[in-house]
Amino acid sequence: MPETKPVLMQGNEACALGAISAGVRFYAGYPITPSTEIAEHMAEKLPDLGGVFIQMEDEIASMAAIIGASIGGMRTLTATSGPGFSLKQENIGYAIMAEIPCVVVNVQRMGPSTGVPTAPAQGDVMQARWGTHGDHPIIVFSPASVYETYYLTIAAVNLSQKLRQPVIILLDEVIGHMREKVLIPEAGKLLVEKASDLVPSDWKPYDEKGLTPLVPFGFGHYYHVTGLFHDQYGFPTGDPPQVERALDRLHHKLEKNRDEIILTNYIGHKEPRVAIVTYGCTVRSARAVVTKAYWQNRLPVGLLSLQTIWPFPAREIEALAKQVDVIIVPEMNMGQIVGEVERYARGQAEVIPLNRYDGEMINPDQIYEQMGRWLS
Amino acid sequence: MENRQEILLTGAGGQGLILASIVLAEAAVNDNKNVVQTQSYGPEARGGASMAGVIIDIDTIEYPEVTRPAVLLCMNQASFNKYLPKIEPGCTVIVDSTFVSGPFHKDYKVQSFPITRMAKEKLGRDVVANMLALGVINAATGIVNRDIFRESIFKLAPRGSGELNQQAFDLGYHLYEEGPGQDVGISVQTPQ
Repeated sequence: MPETKPVLMQGNEACALGAISAGVRFYAGYPITPSTEIAEHMAEKLPDLGGVFIQMEDEIASMAAIIGASIGGMRTLTATSGPGFSLKQENIGYAIMAEIPCVVVNVQRMGPSTGVPTAPAQGDVMQARWGTHGDHPIIVFSPASVYETYYLTIAAVNLSQKLRQPVIILLDEVIGHMREKVLIPEAGKLLVEKASDLVPSDWKPYDEKGLTPLVPFGFGHYYHVTGLFHDQYGFPTGDPPQVERALDRLHHKLEKNRDEIILTNYIGHKEPRVAIVTYGCTVRSARAVVTKAYWQNRLPVGLLSLQTIWPFPAREIEALAKQVDVIIVPEMNMGQIVGEVERYARGQAEVIPLNRYDGEMINPDQIYEQMGRWLS
Repeated sequence: MENRQEILLTGAGGQGLILASIVLAEAAVNDNKNVVQTQSYGPEARGGASMAGVIIDIDTIEYPEVTRPAVLLCMNQASFNKYLPKIEPGCTVIVDSTFVSGPFHKDYKVQSFPITRMAKEKLGRDVVANMLALGVINAATGIVNRDIFRESIFKLAPRGSGELNQQAFDLGYHLYEEGPGQDVGISVQTPQ
C-alpha cells in the first residue's frame, strides 16, 4: 500500500488533484464562482508538469478547446458553474456524437440564470441529463465529500477515456468550497497506454463491431470527425439503418459497462422500512440522520446514496422499493431525481419528495422530522 | 455527537478570520482529528462581514455546517450583534474589546480581551490579531495540542512571519491566563 498522510483539502482542489493524478494535462476554462479554485489549481500545477492551461474567452470556446485537445491525444478537463454549463451544452453534444473523451465539472450554484453565485443548489440534475439535444447517453457523478470528489474525478477521466464518452461531475458548492481532512494515497506511477499501440491494422474510428480506442490525429490514421450521424469511417450519413445503428452504438457502450459506471452505497438497517435516497452534499445531512436513527436508536431506516446519478441507478431503486414502505428523496431543488425514483419504484413504495430551494443546505432535522412521520 | 465541537469565527473582511479558520483546521488535522472548515464567500468576505466555521470531531463529521457553536469569536461590533442572539447558552463567547463594546446579555457568558490592541502594542502588527485570537481560543478550550498548533502556524504563515505569528499565538495564551481585561471583564449583564 502506498503511504497515506492526512491532509486538509478543499473540494475544488481535490477535483484538480484527482484530474492531474488521472493524467489530465490540458485544462481550458473560463473562471466562475464557485468553481474558480479548480482553474486556479490547474493554472498553478499544469505548466510544471508539461501540461497546458488556457483561460479561454468564454465557456463555449473552453469546451471546444478541450474537445480539440482530446482529439490531439491529451486527457482534458474543464470546470464551470450553471451559467457556463448552459453554454457548453452544444459542444457536449458534439463530443458525445463524435465519441471524444472529456470531463466537464459543474460546481452548481443557485439558478436559474446567474442566480445566487455563492449559494448551493442541486438544480442542474436534469440539465446534466438533457441539457444537450437528441437522445444522447451521459455519465454524471455527484460526490458527497472531498475524498469522493478526488476519486470520482479519477474515475471520470478513466471512464471517459475507456468509453470515448464525455463525463460530467456535478459538484455542490458546499463540497467544492469546504475543506476537510482526507487521506490521499501517494500517487503511483501512471501507466498511460498509447492508443496507437493497441490499434489493429484494420482500425476504424467508429467500428460497427464495437468500441475502438481513439487514435489521436497525427498518429497514422486518417478519419473524419463530425457532429452529423456518420458511418464507421466518420463520414456523414442519413441512411436510416445506419443512423439507428449509430445511436444504438452510443447507448450500448454504456449499458455494457453498467457495473463500472453505476456507483451507489447503502448504509443502515438490513430490513429498512423507511429509506432515504439522495446524492451530493445532501448525503451528508442524510448520513447524520441515519447515524442517529439507526446506529444510536436502532430504527429500521437506511440510506442509499447515489455517486452516479446518470445513467440512473434503476435496478438499485427497484430492489430498494421492494424492501421498504417509504422512500424519502431530499434534494436542494424543486424535485428532479424524485421523478426517476418514483418511476423505478413502480408503485412498490411510497415516494416522498423533500425539497429546499432557498440557497441553504437541507439540515438533518428536516429529514428526521419527515422520517419520524412514517415510523410512528 | 458529544465529541463534535463547532467553532465560529466572525468579524470584518480583512481581519484574517478565514486564514485563522484554515490554520485551526490544519492544526486539528495534524492533531489527528477529523475536521470540516467552511467560510463565507463573495463580496462580504472582502470588506464586509466575514464568517468562518470549523468543526472538529474524533468521529466522522457528517453534516458540514455549524449549527450549535461551542465557541464564538467576534472581532467586530457588527458580527457580535448578528451572531450573539443565534447561539445557545453554554457557548464560550470571546470578543475583541478593541472593537466590541457590548451590550452584554445576561444569558451569555462573554469573555472580552483587547486582542487587536495587544497585537499592535506588544508585537507592533495588528495583522497578527487573528493568531492572537486563536491563542485565546485554544487556551480557553484546549481543542488542539498547543505544540502541534504552534507548528501548524509556522507552516502556514507567510514566509518570514512564522515566528511573529507564533508569538502572537503565545500572547493569546498569556492574555487568557491573565484573565479578561478590566475594561469589560466577564460580563453578565441585563439584555437591552
